[in-house]
Amino acid sequence: MTTGGPLPAALRTEALEQLLTERGLIDPKVMDGIITNYETNVGPLNGAKVVARAWTDPQYRRRLLEDGTAAIKELGFSGSQGEHIVVVENTATTHNVVVCTLCSCYPWPVLGLPPSWYKDPAYRARMVKEPRTVLSEMGLELADDVRITVRDSTSEVRWLVLPERPAGTEHLPEEQLVPLVTRDAMVGVAKVKAP
Amino acid sequence: MDGIADMGGTGGWGPTHPPRGDEPVFQKPWQGRAFALTLLSIRVSGRNVDAFRHAQERLDRAAYLDDGYFGRWLNAAELMLTDSAILAPTAIDARARNLRGEHVAEPPISEPARPDYAPTAAGSLRSVDVPPAFAVGERVRAKDMSPPGHTRLPGYVRGHTGVVDLIQPAALLPDTNAHFLGENPQYVYSVRFDSRELWGADTEPFGVTAELYESYLEALS
Repeated sequence: MTTGGPLPAALRTEALEQLLTERGLIDPKVMDGIITNYETNVGPLNGAKVVARAWTDPQYRRRLLEDGTAAIKELGFSGSQGEHIVVVENTATTHNVVVCTLCSCYPWPVLGLPPSWYKDPAYRARMVKEPRTVLSEMGLELADDVRITVRDSTSEVRWLVLPERPAGTEHLPEEQLVPLVTRDAMVGVAKVKAP
Repeated sequence: MDGIADMGGTGGWGPTHPPRGDEPVFQKPWQGRAFALTLLSIRVSGRNVDAFRHAQERLDRAAYLDDGYFGRWLNAAELMLTDSAILAPTAIDARARNLRGEHVAEPPISEPARPDYAPTAAGSLRSVDVPPAFAVGERVRAKDMSPPGHTRLPGYVRGHTGVVDLIQPAALLPDTNAHFLGENPQYVYSVRFDSRELWGADTEPFGVTAELYESYLEALS
């Protein structure tokens, strides 16, 4: 059984799919549907719409910060890994950044599946110990007087960062703000930049 | 349990990787297949998301790290399916070898042994009819414990004192739910720890919040 060297993950994945499919335990078409959904429908554009709405509608912003899950659902976003979403605001003096040290918990309905850097052991291990250094490595330099809070997602609570609206965008309508809002800013490893 | 998955504060990982804006959701086709297969395997094996996280927690270092995030999902799916006797422990490797042209005997299909378990409701949120044991602003200590089974109490906060920042909705307890030993619903608290409490006086000043289940916490006497 040991000839031929280690088995690549791609081959083992194919083997598992065959084994479950031939016994009728799964349907490959259902798998295709799940993959397509996360490749096309569930992604950071959802979160960007939430942020742009909050930047332009003070009432919505208030609801979002009070009950993130409900306010996000108003825009049609809910589902797996979004049972209870708490939204925290980044400002000129307070900075929140999200991590999951125990696995890679992430608010799927608003941000999609996590990017590779979020799942990387270095990020998971170091963000709770030296966030200012880690953020600097990732390209975000914060002034010394900015208070950092790291949000370690250890339960089913999921965190979404409401980034600071960049100066110089006051005249832009909601739909032109949406494309400015990045995934990285909604996790807290970047700021939103004016166009 | 203590293992490779509990990474907070551990060293030796090198630098982080700067974000790339154009990264595809699945960088290789097998990763999407492994993702979908794992989600379906939780159901096929009659388990739950806590059992899935516990399966990841039990992986050895190589099984956890070598093929990245989706590799550990695949390996955890295999573990859940073998735990429920849907697959024999050698079934995936034997089939994979045959797929690449080796000729190996595949193990017989066994009688499934799914856990005797059904959730009381969908999701993890539950209602409880007692008030929260701790109040916002109260100082609490994360218990210094090292459970042999599943836990969501990260090692780096154990024994440390923080302040209740927010009371989150009550939820089932992963520590028992992962082992099908009951839901034990209880309040969850976002507890804020000062970096100097966790890492010593010379560390960068910052706060960390973690969501801790009520039974992870003790009052300061």
